[in-house]
Amino acid sequence: MNRTDVTPFWKALDWWVVGLYVLLCVVGCLSIYGASFDFEHPGFFDLDQRSGKQFVWFILALVIGVFLLMMDSNTYYNWSFILYAGIILILLLTLVVATDVKGSRSWLNMGFVSIQPAELAKFSTALALSRLMSSYNFQLRQTKSVLMIGSLILLPMLIIVLQKETGSALVFAAFILMLFREGMPGVLLFLLVCLVAYFVLSIRFGEDLLFQTTSLGPMLVLLLIFIILCGMLITYRKDYALVKGLVFIQLPIFVVALLVNALGWFAFDVNDVLVTMLILTVLFLLFKALVLRMMPYFYLSLFVLFSIAFLYSTDYAFDKILEPHHRVRIQVLLGMKDDPSGAGYNVNQSKIAIGSGGLFGKGFLNGTQTKLKYVPEQDTDFIFCTVGEEQGLMGSAFVLGLYLALFLRLIYLAERQRNPFARIYGYCVVSILFFHVFVNIGMVLGLMPVIGIPLPFLSYGGSSLWSFTILLFIFLRLDADRTQYR
Amino acid sequence: MQQNFDSMRKKNILMFLIIGVFVLYLIRLMSLQLFNDQYRVYADSNAFYQRTVYPSRGLMYDRNGSLLVYNQPAYDVLVTMREVEDLDTVDFCQTVGIRRDVFDQQMSAVKNRRLNPGYSSYTPQVFLSQLSSETYGVLQEKLFRYKGFSVRSRTLRSYMQPIAAHALGYVAEVNQKDIERDPYYVPGDYSGRSGVELTYESVLRGEKGVEVLLRDAHGRVKGRYDEGKRDQPAVPGHDLTLSLDMELQAYAELLMQNKRGAIVAIEPQTGELLAYVSAPTYDPGLLVGRNRANNFRTLERSPHKIFLNRPIQSNYPPGSTFKPAQALVLLQEGIIRPETQVSCQMGYYYAPGHKVGCHAHASPLPLAPAIATSCNAYFCHGYRTMMDHSKYGSIHVAMDKWRDYMVGMGFGYPLGIDIPFEKRGLIPNSQYYNKWYGEKGWRGATIISNAIGQGEVLATPLQIANFCSTIANRGWFITPHLVKQIEGVELNSAYKRRNQTGVDAAYFEPIIEGMHGAVLNGTARGVQIPGIEICGKTGTAQNSAGEDHSIFMCFAPKENPKIALLVFIENGGYGATWAVPMASLLLEKYLNRRVEDTRLWMEQRLLNANLIELESY
Repeated sequence: MNRTDVTPFWKALDWWVVGLYVLLCVVGCLSIYGASFDFEHPGFFDLDQRSGKQFVWFILALVIGVFLLMMDSNTYYNWSFILYAGIILILLLTLVVATDVKGSRSWLNMGFVSIQPAELAKFSTALALSRLMSSYNFQLRQTKSVLMIGSLILLPMLIIVLQKETGSALVFAAFILMLFREGMPGVLLFLLVCLVAYFVLSIRFGEDLLFQTTSLGPMLVLLLIFIILCGMLITYRKDYALVKGLVFIQLPIFVVALLVNALGWFAFDVNDVLVTMLILTVLFLLFKALVLRMMPYFYLSLFVLFSIAFLYSTDYAFDKILEPHHRVRIQVLLGMKDDPSGAGYNVNQSKIAIGSGGLFGKGFLNGTQTKLKYVPEQDTDFIFCTVGEEQGLMGSAFVLGLYLALFLRLIYLAERQRNPFARIYGYCVVSILFFHVFVNIGMVLGLMPVIGIPLPFLSYGGSSLWSFTILLFIFLRLDADRTQYR
Repeated sequence: MQQNFDSMRKKNILMFLIIGVFVLYLIRLMSLQLFNDQYRVYADSNAFYQRTVYPSRGLMYDRNGSLLVYNQPAYDVLVTMREVEDLDTVDFCQTVGIRRDVFDQQMSAVKNRRLNPGYSSYTPQVFLSQLSSETYGVLQEKLFRYKGFSVRSRTLRSYMQPIAAHALGYVAEVNQKDIERDPYYVPGDYSGRSGVELTYESVLRGEKGVEVLLRDAHGRVKGRYDEGKRDQPAVPGHDLTLSLDMELQAYAELLMQNKRGAIVAIEPQTGELLAYVSAPTYDPGLLVGRNRANNFRTLERSPHKIFLNRPIQSNYPPGSTFKPAQALVLLQEGIIRPETQVSCQMGYYYAPGHKVGCHAHASPLPLAPAIATSCNAYFCHGYRTMMDHSKYGSIHVAMDKWRDYMVGMGFGYPLGIDIPFEKRGLIPNSQYYNKWYGEKGWRGATIISNAIGQGEVLATPLQIANFCSTIANRGWFITPHLVKQIEGVELNSAYKRRNQTGVDAAYFEPIIEGMHGAVLNGTARGVQIPGIEICGKTGTAQNSAGEDHSIFMCFAPKENPKIALLVFIENGGYGATWAVPMASLLLEKYLNRRVEDTRLWMEQRLLNANLIELESY
């Protein structure tokens, strides 16, 4: 890293990102003012009010940002592992000393202010990952590399889960996007989609019984596995003969099994038949792999086995590992339960708030849903409701546009980095911010289960605003110095 | 290059993934915000609490403008079951003044969907109604401790004097039928049930208003919406000016104490009722407030049929007060002339050995003295002559002719007073007797009792009073009514129109002379008041249920009459005994505004008279 001198940051700073950042933060302050507006306390800058506090957090965030921009960009590279280790220690410490706040042990009380170290873990993990992956001779596809990346991501995730902040822990899954860009095989991403599909299908239809013997959910998943298997055989091996054989042998057996059950001659679980047939297929594929020395058949059989194993652990995970309120949220989202006053209440009221906004909204401070506290958490996780209700489609689309512009700009910035450290870090930033927006707005719009994570720059809260600011401004600093690297 | 190409491809995939998510969200936003109206409705019903503002019910004044009926505040305790929490039941019961078992009873009654069909645990339900101001004051201070309980203020009827109960009627909570019949009402509303309160319900009740309030997720009211611009104020009910004279009414009720019967006083020129008494009566205030149900039951059980609205619902034989009507028909039909004389030997023999008795008086007499002495023979003779007269061809024609005149004079059908549930009395027609006796089975002699207001003829006190008013007017009447004026609303035109009787005005003079004579030296001498020319006619109606009814109708002054009065005392004996002196006092009260000291002995005698053993109710 031969560097001549330090460029003043304002010369090389990407003002587009800064502008988008400031706009989003201002929208945030105004929305919080709208959301927490109290008829008796109409002052915006009233420091007793949340809008006033958020404004202070914002000003302090700007100070932090300037401070970060003034630092030498090498500092971040050099300190990344130390920072990571430090934050992990603080996370562990929090786990021990934190008091229970609504079932979560994630807040560290520092006397005058409480912070949530889980927020800080996001940028420190991003730095550590970038450092690791940009190191000389690093090969993503080596087992050792996979293990190291996995540990770096899973360690903070695990501690945060133990702090009962499942939502924040999930954010670390966002690094998959960055990994995908950095060379992770796309199949893994596909596998992830498959797993989500298995999960949704088996839970959604798990309670529907066919002929009192066969659960519909697993049956659909098993059929899906079979279809994917056939699809992959065709895509990767062009093995039409095998697919034909599989379909012509297995489909009639499946139909007969269904009929026997339907006519009441015999009562047995049709899924057992399906699993048996899949296992036989796997055995045949393994045989083919061994005889023909073709690894793809091996991988395919692995995929099928893994899928079946996942299917049968889903129920267990759903019933035993997930907390009851998570279970209910998922069931409500999947339309299995209708509970407008219970678990579905938040989302229902949130949809009412947004839906009632119309094209132009009800006007600033005129939203009844948010003003009268029908939407819970309306200034933190459900802040987007206020925008939707008071500014309507125009306002919501504007905010969505700001985020989209920010993400595309960040991807552009990341791609122009010559230094892999800065590029990887840039993708980490995009991944984390996008994941938050994706999950949060999806939840508010009723497309995602209720997962309590904040909307970057808009949600009320000092910890989250600062952590997003730090995350973003470190990248801005790295970007400002991009010409300094070789 | 391969590596670079792969990176670019992956970058693009990521960008499309991100853009795809945003497009999906934008579509979702549009489907929520543009293509779905229900969310706005939900939001409105969430946030807007439309609180009904109850109008104050119209007031009632007497004819001289003094207040008679007004409203006083009362407070209903409401309960929202969902919100009841940590209630100190003992303390609550003490505060509102009920026993613990009553509390439990009320709670289960509120939840019982059969008794309370509109029950919802989310909305306030009436738990106790009509708390007094004092109890409310105590409750108000502690209300914050009783989560889920709230108070709604309503108004209740209040009366300046405990009079005119049967004319005013009463209000009561609406029942299921009212609610189905008229969408204006919701459970817990009040509406008129009888009397003027019922007839004029639609003008008295006013229009409910609406206050649009903002309500938060906990149901707490957070303020007015849009500074009250969407509120609709309640429109108070129209005030009524009654035709009653409060002083006369109160005096009449006083004199009627411990008696059964009716007093009806009409201003002949306008048809306005000056007094309207049904005795025994009750304090209208008893049917207001929390003891209403108990009081109602007690009154209803009284053997004296207190709720019977005697002036319009009792059919009495009119007795001798019917004789002037009889005479008018005979005159108009030319059966008699004023000079026609009929001899009377202590009665009228309509068949050998059968006679309608009479009392001792000079004989023979022309019409006027016959009325003055109330000679039975005169009217029996006239009536029988008409019935059997050849000019009609048959008795059926004669009978129906007679009936038409009687109907023209206000008998036989409800008059149409503005008090509901009026009875019609009875004026028989030929069909009536055909049914009894067969077409050929009856003659004038058969139905001779009708001639003197007995027999089948029945009339309500109001009809008799109205007839007296018709005589005072010399031939026409305006349908009697209790409401003189409605604030801001035109009065029913039926109460302004003159109804002609079909009898020439000239024929009334001998009748009036006769009635004047009755007062000067006939049966009604007791009514005389120095300086006032009074015309009157006594009646004594025989009835199957004991002592005769004492009846007296009169009007005064003779020229330009100001008041026509009927006093009807059940089982009071001869008309002259009770009805005549009572009428005298009432006329004096109304015309002179006071009773001379020299006549107070009469008043005392009447007050002391107890014609029924009236237990306290």
